[in-house]
Amino acid sequence: MDIIEKHLLKEPKRTVQNVITAVIVIVFLVWSLTAIDLSNFTSNGLAIAQNILHGIVTPNTELLFTFNKTGVPYLLLETMAIAFLGTIIGTILAIPLAFLSASNIVPKPVAFIIRLFLIFVRTIPAIVYGLMFIRVTGPGPFAGVMTMALVSIGMLSKLFVDIIEDLEVNILESLESIGCTPFEKIRYGIIPQLFAMFISVAIYRFDMNLRDAAILGLVGAGGIGAPLIFAMNAYKWSEVGSILIGLMVLILFVEFLSNKIRNTIVRG
Amino acid sequence: MNILKAKSITLPNGKTVPVKRSKTPLIIVVLLICCYYSVQITGFNLQVLTKRIGQFWVILVDMVPPNWDYISKLWKPLFDTIKMSLLGSILGAVFALPLAYFASSNMSKNKTVVVATKFILSLLRTLPTLVAALIATFIFGIGTTAGTIAIFIFTIAYIGKLLYEQIENADLKAFEAMQSMGHSTVSAFRYAIIPQILPNYLSNAIFCFEGNVRYAAILGYVGAGGIGLMLNESLGWRNYANVGMILLLLAATVFIIETISEYIRKKLL
Repeated sequence: MDIIEKHLLKEPKRTVQNVITAVIVIVFLVWSLTAIDLSNFTSNGLAIAQNILHGIVTPNTELLFTFNKTGVPYLLLETMAIAFLGTIIGTILAIPLAFLSASNIVPKPVAFIIRLFLIFVRTIPAIVYGLMFIRVTGPGPFAGVMTMALVSIGMLSKLFVDIIEDLEVNILESLESIGCTPFEKIRYGIIPQLFAMFISVAIYRFDMNLRDAAILGLVGAGGIGAPLIFAMNAYKWSEVGSILIGLMVLILFVEFLSNKIRNTIVRG
Repeated sequence: MNILKAKSITLPNGKTVPVKRSKTPLIIVVLLICCYYSVQITGFNLQVLTKRIGQFWVILVDMVPPNWDYISKLWKPLFDTIKMSLLGSILGAVFALPLAYFASSNMSKNKTVVVATKFILSLLRTLPTLVAALIATFIFGIGTTAGTIAIFIFTIAYIGKLLYEQIENADLKAFEAMQSMGHSTVSAFRYAIIPQILPNYLSNAIFCFEGNVRYAAILGYVGAGGIGLMLNESLGWRNYANVGMILLLLAATVFIIETISEYIRKKLL
């Protein structure tokens, strides 16, 4: 028996654990299989799938290139405006909340209470926020902006807190030792550390908001979602196709751009 | 002195160091312009907001106290939601592996395959989950199947992307050694790359499941089954005490699943 074989035999046997894990996974899988119910799936479904594909391949070009208020370009612009303004407002609201829930800045109890509040904010689905804001602003993109802002707060402040808690304290100490005032410490010690990361997170959230903005149309809060759903319910698949193509191109473009910007920001 | 000329500092040893011109003012101006046009397009109005913000709390106040009797009707949809996201996540994670294999440039040698797979993955990722669910309800009929399909698509795209990035960053030494010993690419992949990526892969899959439970909760809104169906119904009837109960139950479920998943992921990594 040579050395390699000895090492191989020394490796702990994990058969029991592996079997247990496999059994648990299989039990869960079988349990969840009961959710599948193909009784509603008829040949009708196949025909619809074909129609959708056909619609996406042959989009309604008139809708795709019309530059008035019902054309796809304007709807995309509106969706972008909702996501943009929502992200800005969300970021402005999230920054103080993040500082208040960072355990290295405020006392532990305060941080804990604010954290609970943030979990609560995060749990309510966007659709419910949308309905709440429609009461305030009436249906339209304005309600969408406020919804996006509120939905963004949860994730933004969570990521901001991580950044704040990772603050490099050594720099502050060295600044203090060369006689900097508190203001100078914030300006040259803290802001440069936080600013780039904050912007990077905010851009990432903008990217996500753009996708989520499509949901808002469901409750009448503006954006491209509503026309998409109307077109679907009316079985106008070529319109659905042109809207989906517009949305996909926009999201791919913004994702590409945001990756580029974030790379340059983080690398300095 | 020219305004456009960058400022420079002369060091004691005679060297001059140019001060980098800050781009911050330019960025702020661009952001302000974007803000202005966004306000114009969306009709954002601070006055309306401050005047009518009281209306915002109406629904929230109606939700307390939640209707506790309603909970007996919620268990089945809740478990439907969990089943949907579990099945979708497991299947999605399993199918993501071969896709990620073909999408990583260091594994599959055919450039066209790599580019095509990557393109398909990012195309799937752009499709908002709710839209995917809506399309699925048209094809598979209203019910949990549609929701499962939507979650499946999202999971494939999400896990697939993370996975091929990991495979591309993986250490290839063991892989190359195995190939030189005569293993085929696939079997070398199985024994050299998979052990490297497995902990991260499982951790991502569990994290994705956690997020999917949240998402699955709203999928019912388009008829894709689960607790979202009840949410939609209660919202439609303006029965906000029921909505409060649903949200409470959902928050508790998400919290439990998050705690479990965090525990497992900590063990994995």
